[in-house]
Amino acid sequence: MAELLQFISSGLTVGAIYALVALGFTLIYKASDIINFAQGEFVMLGGMTTVFVAMAGVPLPLAALIAVVATTATGLALHRFAIEPARGASPVVLIMITIGASIFLRGVAQIVFDRRFHSLPPLLGADPIQLGGAAILPQSLVVLASATAIVTLLWLFVDRTLLGKAVIATAANRLAARLIGVDTRRVVALSFGISAAIGAVAGILITPIALTSYDAGTLLALKGFAAAMLGGIGSAAGAVVGGVLIGLMEAFAAGYVSSNYKDAVAFLIILVVLISIPQGLFGRAKVERV
Amino acid sequence: MMILEVERLSVSFGGVRAVDDVNISVEAGQVFSIIGPNGSGKTTLFNLLSGVYTPDHGVIRFAGETVTDLEPDRLARRGLSRTFQNLQIFSRMSVLENVMVGHHRHEDTGILADLVHWPSVRRQNAATRELALAALARVGLADEARLASTSLSYGALKRLEIARALASDPKLLLLDEPAAGCNPIETQEIDRVIRSLIKDGITVMLVEHDMRLVMNISDRVHVLARGRTLAEGTPEEVRSNAAVVEAYLGDHGSKEATRAFG
Amino acid sequence: MVSLVQTRLMPAIVIAALIVVLPAFFPSAYYYRIGVLVFIFALAVVGLNLLMGFAGQVSLGHAGFLGIGAYSVAIGPVHFGVPSWLCLFGGAALSGVVAFIVGRPILKLKGHYLAVATLGLGLLLAIVLTNEARWTGGPDGMSVPRLVLFGWSARGATTWYWIAGATFIVAFVLALNLMDSPTGRALRAIHDSEIAARVLGIDVARKKVAIFVISAMYASVAGSFLALFNGYVTPDAAGFLRSIELVAMVVLGGMGSIVGSLVGAVVLVVLPQALTVFHDYEQVLLGLIVMVFMIFLRRGIVPSLAAAFAGRRK
Repeated sequence: MAELLQFISSGLTVGAIYALVALGFTLIYKASDIINFAQGEFVMLGGMTTVFVAMAGVPLPLAALIAVVATTATGLALHRFAIEPARGASPVVLIMITIGASIFLRGVAQIVFDRRFHSLPPLLGADPIQLGGAAILPQSLVVLASATAIVTLLWLFVDRTLLGKAVIATAANRLAARLIGVDTRRVVALSFGISAAIGAVAGILITPIALTSYDAGTLLALKGFAAAMLGGIGSAAGAVVGGVLIGLMEAFAAGYVSSNYKDAVAFLIILVVLISIPQGLFGRAKVERV
Repeated sequence: MMILEVERLSVSFGGVRAVDDVNISVEAGQVFSIIGPNGSGKTTLFNLLSGVYTPDHGVIRFAGETVTDLEPDRLARRGLSRTFQNLQIFSRMSVLENVMVGHHRHEDTGILADLVHWPSVRRQNAATRELALAALARVGLADEARLASTSLSYGALKRLEIARALASDPKLLLLDEPAAGCNPIETQEIDRVIRSLIKDGITVMLVEHDMRLVMNISDRVHVLARGRTLAEGTPEEVRSNAAVVEAYLGDHGSKEATRAFG
Repeated sequence: MVSLVQTRLMPAIVIAALIVVLPAFFPSAYYYRIGVLVFIFALAVVGLNLLMGFAGQVSLGHAGFLGIGAYSVAIGPVHFGVPSWLCLFGGAALSGVVAFIVGRPILKLKGHYLAVATLGLGLLLAIVLTNEARWTGGPDGMSVPRLVLFGWSARGATTWYWIAGATFIVAFVLALNLMDSPTGRALRAIHDSEIAARVLGIDVARKKVAIFVISAMYASVAGSFLALFNGYVTPDAAGFLRSIELVAMVVLGGMGSIVGSLVGAVVLVVLPQALTVFHDYEQVLLGLIVMVFMIFLRRGIVPSLAAAFAGRRK
């Protein structure tokens, strides 16, 4: 029982991070049909920037803010200088551009920062809370609370603001959105900005638990991508559920099977799900129209 | 002989009965047309007949055998081919290559032979090329064989799809709006092509909005409205059927009715 | 007929001539080494291009098959005493079997779903190779015995230049053959319209699996060569970045251009070698170059140049 609780808590924590990465994928995909493989680098930039700005003597909260702003700027720049000029290119080409961007950002991080592992002090201290025999890290609670807050804020933004409605309209039908006066280019730029910000926050949140380094983004991006697909790409709820599910599956696999194979179990289950439900858990099956 | 028999065919999408309890019998060697207002289920019916959709209820028999749940490629290998309302051209291939693909079901080289370009592959390529050129000639596109398929006009692409389907040597050919978007001369050309197909013993099913073409060429006309059968008969019978005129006037305005029956 | 064969195989003849002539201009053995790497990668890329560029099916996990090939020639001789050349064929067969088994369910998926499924497949293979340390040496990898044929041991970049070059040409010709055949036309048709291909009697699922198997075997042979040439192998051979590298070579050279596969391999093998002089800036430049190429030559180098050339001639 205590063991189970332990696995659930660690699974939920890492799952929340995957969910945030998946949400980033989903947001950009909704607005532009692009799968952004540099999403993991946003997470890395959030963590690494905070670490280095804090090391320079800036108080941690301010350092975190600077990191989010810098990463958001990076996301906007990525859209402006790499995605926008390639408008109309095929999906594979766009994927390759974002992969190029991911290599580029990793390279920049190597130069600007370094190649070592870094950590941040946890927000609420490092003493585990005992709960039903399980030791739960306070940072886990911070991660869960923040992730919930971000998901809620994003939902409010999309549901309650005009700009949010423009995003929905663009996602539903780009041409129709343009016809009713939505600046779809701005919507796409916005999606890159918000995705970068969400990624940065995820990176800052997870660094006290999981450490970060210049190449920490790759695996996170893969897991986040898988989570988005598991939920059914383009579904925000699916992204969150997919992320949490993958986090939990990993934790159980690491606990009950072997920690060596925790990544394998996650991808194995994704394969099985995709093969049995090709449109993901929350995606809609399409009838081919000819 | 009936080449195609359809009994009580139905399919629904999201609660809407797109095709509802339709019965059809097509005699071999005839032109059998399906008409009806937009959204009456004509293309859906073709999708069911060609195996693209699976029906919820009903039976389809082709050349005497039940084929209801067969995949499109299995149906094609039994001799049922079709064209598409929204063109499905192989846009990265030349005009000739498009038609050569049509002959695929008769090509019998294995993948290993294809890899090493065995002499049989060369013979096959040459034979397929000849056949494809002949099919192109039948639809009046022989001179365009070497062009990129994307360089053809809309009307020519419609005929390219017919040539491609012809190259598969079908017993039954479903033509989905072959004259849509064609000018009168191109429509005339389609008319001529269909007549030549019948002469060769191919049965043709036609979905078409151009009533002049339909009434000119059809042996029988089947009218659909909202997925259900409204009437069936010879062109004359359908033309004078009150329910049919009503459906067209009600749903479509007088313009099409005039074009259809005037 | 004869002239037709010649035009079809003309690129292969030109490239074969280049392979033979080029060493005359090599200032040092180092260049042979680059040549070997180019041929080995081009071999895998031609195979992947058959799948991606012609049949239109993305694979983000193709390095998994590279890994199967590489570890076959490592594990077979070391643990079982099987001769390397036999393991090379065995690895290709194994890759083919794996591709055949997983291909049918996976290739039903489309677009991004296919991408993530193949990605998962590649990662699974890489994870197995990393974790089964008893057989594979784990993350550090293992050394690979030399290829011995009829008592003669293949070693050194010069020898491998001819082995890899000749194999590449054979693979290149096979790919050209395939494209000009009933199977090749069916594959290209599937790329443009699956539904039209099906109503013309093409068994789409079977054709996709067939080309997946062939392209997996291409990758496997390339992986075996890479391991035999380097004399060691690590799980990186099967990793995600390797898979991405292969896809980048396909797209950069030009999807559906078999000559482009060679060009893509040349660019992405030579470039990092050239960039090593920039030390820390290597990744930055590589990422930048990939982005710039993709933005400005989005159809790939060879098709873009061909279009520009054709335009000028008009």
